[in-house]
Amino acid sequence: MSRENQLVKFTKKGIYCPQGRFYLDPWYPVEYAIISHGHADHARWGMKRYLCTDDSKAILQHRLGNDINIESISYYNSKTINSVKVSFHPAGHVIGSAQIRLEYKGYVVVFSGDYKTQPDFITQPFESVKCHTFITESTFGLPIYNWKTEETLKTELQSWVKTNQANNRTSVFLGYSLGKAQRLMSLLDGCDEIFVHRAIHNLNNAISGSGIQLPDTKLWSADLDKKMLQNKIIIAPPALLGSRMLKRVPNVATAVCSGWMQIRGNRRWQAVDAGFVVSDHADWDGLISAVKATGAEQVYVTHGSQAVFSKYLNEIGIKADELVTEYGDEALAKAEKETENIDTE
Amino acid sequence: MKLFSELISTIEITNKTNAKIDAFVQYFKTAPDKDKLWVIALFTGKRPSRPVKTTLMKEWCMELTDIPEWLFLESYSTVGDLGETLALLLPKPTHRLDLSLNEWMTELKALKPKSDENKKVFVLEAWTGLDQQERLIFNKLIGGSFRIGVSKKTLVNALAKLTNIDANQLMHSIIGNWEVDSISFEALILGKHINYDNSKPYPFCLAYALEKELPELGKPNDWIVEQKWDGIRGQIVKRNNEIYIWSRGEELVTKQFPELVEAFGNFKDDFVIDGEILAMKNNDVLLFNDLQKRLNRKNVTKKLLEEVPVGFKAYDILEFNGDDNREQPFENRRKQLETLFNSVALPEYVKLSFIVDFKKWVDLHDIRNNSRAINSEGLMLKQKKSPYHIGRKKGDWWKWKVDPLTIDAVMIYAQKGSGRRSSKYTDYTFAVKKDDALVTVAKAYSGLTDKEITEISQWVNKNAIERFGPVRTVKPELVFEIAFEGIALSNRHKSGVALRFPRIARWRKDKPVDEIDTIESVKQLITAS
Repeated sequence: MSRENQLVKFTKKGIYCPQGRFYLDPWYPVEYAIISHGHADHARWGMKRYLCTDDSKAILQHRLGNDINIESISYYNSKTINSVKVSFHPAGHVIGSAQIRLEYKGYVVVFSGDYKTQPDFITQPFESVKCHTFITESTFGLPIYNWKTEETLKTELQSWVKTNQANNRTSVFLGYSLGKAQRLMSLLDGCDEIFVHRAIHNLNNAISGSGIQLPDTKLWSADLDKKMLQNKIIIAPPALLGSRMLKRVPNVATAVCSGWMQIRGNRRWQAVDAGFVVSDHADWDGLISAVKATGAEQVYVTHGSQAVFSKYLNEIGIKADELVTEYGDEALAKAEKETENIDTE
Repeated sequence: MKLFSELISTIEITNKTNAKIDAFVQYFKTAPDKDKLWVIALFTGKRPSRPVKTTLMKEWCMELTDIPEWLFLESYSTVGDLGETLALLLPKPTHRLDLSLNEWMTELKALKPKSDENKKVFVLEAWTGLDQQERLIFNKLIGGSFRIGVSKKTLVNALAKLTNIDANQLMHSIIGNWEVDSISFEALILGKHINYDNSKPYPFCLAYALEKELPELGKPNDWIVEQKWDGIRGQIVKRNNEIYIWSRGEELVTKQFPELVEAFGNFKDDFVIDGEILAMKNNDVLLFNDLQKRLNRKNVTKKLLEEVPVGFKAYDILEFNGDDNREQPFENRRKQLETLFNSVALPEYVKLSFIVDFKKWVDLHDIRNNSRAINSEGLMLKQKKSPYHIGRKKGDWWKWKVDPLTIDAVMIYAQKGSGRRSSKYTDYTFAVKKDDALVTVAKAYSGLTDKEITEISQWVNKNAIERFGPVRTVKPELVFEIAFEGIALSNRHKSGVALRFPRIARWRKDKPVDEIDTIESVKQLITAS
């Protein structure tokens, strides 16, 4: 049995470290959970103790309740738990997101959580960490996924808003409350007034409260005078698509913002006015460069295209295996809805 | 190509026909003349033949990107469109090519006779000089269709909005004989190359589904009853020795049915006749599925003409030797139609629609129930005094279709769709019980809402047991009610039966798998139908 099998075990409840007696982003309630970031498929209810980054703490408390037993440390600092050295390293995915590094008797395992290698305007950029075993996500693990630079996206999004304004339309961007919403705010900052849905507004307040600076936004509440919104920008969670609340806004042009928008079929499926390829995950080149930079001798590939990506890694000489987890986009979509209890009326 | 690229981006994202029409209008207001003609040509099937094989394009892309074939195929199966897969896989452009649509089309036409080596140089130069969206369009210009939900009718409606010219006339103009090189946009839409007076059709008269009991219609003697045929409605327009065939979707389909043009050439008189175009062999009406092989073909080959011959059943006559008959009572029009058909010798595949003989309303129930045996959809009831209405009008014409047959079956395979449906599992295979095992009975693609498809796709992602290329074998758990129009014994199918026109009637979330039909209970429907 190799050493990494002793440091992390893949169990029904999640990824477990027997020496440290803690889990990484478990999907069932456990004693001690170390959390990579605040998305609902990674940070779940019911753990007796939580450990996360300083920047994630307010997000977890906002989503899981102020009464949870939670402790946080800053990026790069370490905490030793039952002689396993645990530290967080920026993952560039959403505010507060981290890769989790475990070290025990000189052997290093890194769990990526979700990550994005390209820098953006708001998230602490991804940094690669050397390790023996790397557990990587693979949400966009196909060579058809290649993202544009943040500057290009900014131009694309802002010129769409300008075109809408010329046609007297209000621009609505749909994206998850945590991550995508703040990213969109940063991309649209300075373009015009930005209104955000209450779910995003509340989350923003929690994030700002912990000392992180966010672009200025206003609350889009159902009783707001329609004229105030005309030709402005609204950012809302995807659950709002087709909702009564959105239908009440006159002359909207709606855009879905997601990595899946790379494919025409997906853009057309949604029946919206635009689809922008804005992803908070690594693209194909990003995944490969991240894996290579770790120098890992063993890679485990989780949620997304694990079959394809692990096969490809093996072909280019990196030992990789698939790992079944309960993370991923569909789990996230479902969990986000439950967590946020999003108001669509 | 920037304008054209923007046009495609706009129309592909929206599912609103009006937004598509507006995008075309905008394009026609600003684009250069030749480009406009190419757009019309591309969306009406006047595409030059493919200059480069898809296999070569795939090969060159793999070479350029250093991607193994299996990975290329995985990408293709996710994207669901070859031209798009290529566009997404290719590396970032190294230079910037800016040619108009007309320049590209001219280059592509010239490319056809060249060697593969020369073609490769040209294609690679284009790929590395275009951005992602333009590359996709370039690949589409080489071959396949755009699949963005633009019918000839949409295009014609846009031109009508732009020019205020009658839409049917525009349809005739753009379908007519013309070439990009030898006509101007203005001459084309003004129809200088055609004589619209000869082809002008009438709006079709349409029927509602019967919504009352037969006796409520009054006396049986006031009604003429015919079989309802399941083909495509067509108007045969014959004026001044020219023959035109219009489909109900107001498209000119003359060239698709040469045998009908030939048959109607036997008449001396001029007329406009309404009827049904059907696949027919030895006097028997074939299934609509067969007729589909004949629809929307650019070329009707001799082989296809032999495989799926078409015929025509005449329902009505709207114009006779220049006189508009539509206000005449139906019984008079019918007599005129009969006289006309008796005046010449016709091939046996062109016939009058026969009139159902009945005395009392109750007689019709058996006749309707027997419709399936002759591949008819049911009955049409027409009031003897009725004029030929414009469009759908309640009261004078009723359709009384047979109820579909249904079975409960379980999904065993799922496959992703194409075009708009490429991201979801939309094509399913269903099975019923055979002893302790399952046997495939039908494939179906339609009948579910987008929401249900999304839900099923997520389920398939979680419950796929096996993958064969794009096909997923799933746990046999989801039960559906499958409706179909007919059933016959078949040696070609493993189950021993062939279903006609199967579609999903509903998702039976309430039904457990052990309650689905057995192959024996399915076969019993054969005698029942």
